[in-house]
Amino acid sequence: MADATEPAGERGETPRNARFGWMKVKLESVVALGALAVLWQIVSYFVPHFLFPPVPEIASRFVDIFSHWNTIDDALATAAHILLGLAGAFVLGTVLAVLMGRSERLQRYVHPLLNFNQGVPALSWVVFAIIWFKGMEFRIFFIMVMTTLPAFSFQILDAYRSMSKDLFEMTVSFRPSRLDLLRTLIVPTVVPGILTAWKVNLGNASRVVVVAELVGSTGGIGYELLEQQQLFDMAGAIAWTLVLVAFVLVVQRVITLLEDLLLDYRPVAERAR
Amino acid sequence: MSGSAEEIVFDNVSKVFPGTGGAYAVRNLSFTVARGELVAILGKTGCGKSTTFNILAGLIQPTEGRVLVKGHDPFRNFDWFRGKIGIVFQNDRLMPWRTAIDNVALGLELNRVPRTERLEIAARWLERLGLGAHAEDYVHALSGGMRQRVSMARAFAIKPDILLCDEPFSALDEVTGNSLRAEFLELVRETEATGIFITHSIGEAIQLGRRILVFHRPARIAYEATFDGMTSDAEREHVRANILRALSGTATVSKEEARP
Repeated sequence: MADATEPAGERGETPRNARFGWMKVKLESVVALGALAVLWQIVSYFVPHFLFPPVPEIASRFVDIFSHWNTIDDALATAAHILLGLAGAFVLGTVLAVLMGRSERLQRYVHPLLNFNQGVPALSWVVFAIIWFKGMEFRIFFIMVMTTLPAFSFQILDAYRSMSKDLFEMTVSFRPSRLDLLRTLIVPTVVPGILTAWKVNLGNASRVVVVAELVGSTGGIGYELLEQQQLFDMAGAIAWTLVLVAFVLVVQRVITLLEDLLLDYRPVAERAR
Repeated sequence: MSGSAEEIVFDNVSKVFPGTGGAYAVRNLSFTVARGELVAILGKTGCGKSTTFNILAGLIQPTEGRVLVKGHDPFRNFDWFRGKIGIVFQNDRLMPWRTAIDNVALGLELNRVPRTERLEIAARWLERLGLGAHAEDYVHALSGGMRQRVSMARAFAIKPDILLCDEPFSALDEVTGNSLRAEFLELVRETEATGIFITHSIGEAIQLGRRILVFHRPARIAYEATFDGMTSDAEREHVRANILRALSGTATVSKEEARP
């Protein structure tokens, strides 16, 4: 099997160096963000600093956050709220999607409920959670799950439904066990949908978590933002916002890396960058 | 053809799909295939060839009649056929997330063949079909002909007793199709599998089948010819003319033998 062991980079259209293209910093991104910072700095010369604090002051406050354990703790708490909430919604959403995919009747009942849920504002879930539950952490977990569940369910259901009938028939013709069918066909089919769902919901979750912490928590970035508002501290508010944005960008990069590793069978042109 | 050598039995089989107003896709179809025989089923589009194929593969259940493959009902005893039936479909049906070698090894994997062994077998089949250098290529990097070769290798790799082919070369260009047909015939002879080959090409049916069943809509046998490959040009033309008449609906059910 000599041919099977030749270096992957020399075969087909998926050389290994193409897989890690995400590492290259995009010049356009740097230019755009740099221009925003310059514009902000210019405006800060003409507007009072409590409205538009200078960029160095914001940067200093940003660094400060990572210099004290209690503020690091707040940043980590928010990260944990987002990831745990998304994980909970993902597990529940996957179960619902698979059940709906297997049973048309069940789908007719569950689909309207998820649609109804999509119409409920995140703030309403915050109020419900405060009224229904005592535990601070569980309240936030509940809010996160309820707000991101419909998107996870629908996206995974779509991925499940997009499974090729031809491939299904082909696999079934080999008489696989249910577990083998899941392992060899269903999981690889839904993986791209799952990764997209995580990417989309990450943005939603970061917005919702701030609202949840703002109203119903004594820690986290949302709580810190509330404090900056009460102190009328614009530099602090922006610095905490940047911490959240940085976290979202890092997690998005991790998901992109996972995409590159798990979906490396796709032609380079079809991959998300 | 002795009773004990009958590997496939279709006994008065009919199939009506729900929601079609009782229209028959297959009606009172009866035929047998002996062990090691390669039978070509020929018919126009929509004559029920693929329904017959799916019934044989155990993917759908007949409405009436009895189907036995190696003495078992392929639909009811579905799991009994694990590792016994190899299928080459019209399109390659390769999993895009698997490399060529992993696609070939799929059936072996589902039959619980250990990883090292199944990769060795798959590599041998890829070599046999001229794709040794592409074992680690993903599907998108392969041409249509290469993909269908991988698909053939996947079907043969499990050493099937029964080989079912549903117009596997119809989507390929003529040169690639001819080359694959010749390789396919060689492999069937080597493996001595019992084969059913569905096609809508008269030339392909004559080239591949030791016996040809011409279907008329709804799937029933309009014409049957038996011959052992090397027929004279005159005999081929005679069979071809009869097939054409049967396909156009001007021939009655008949059976004949053409031998060189």
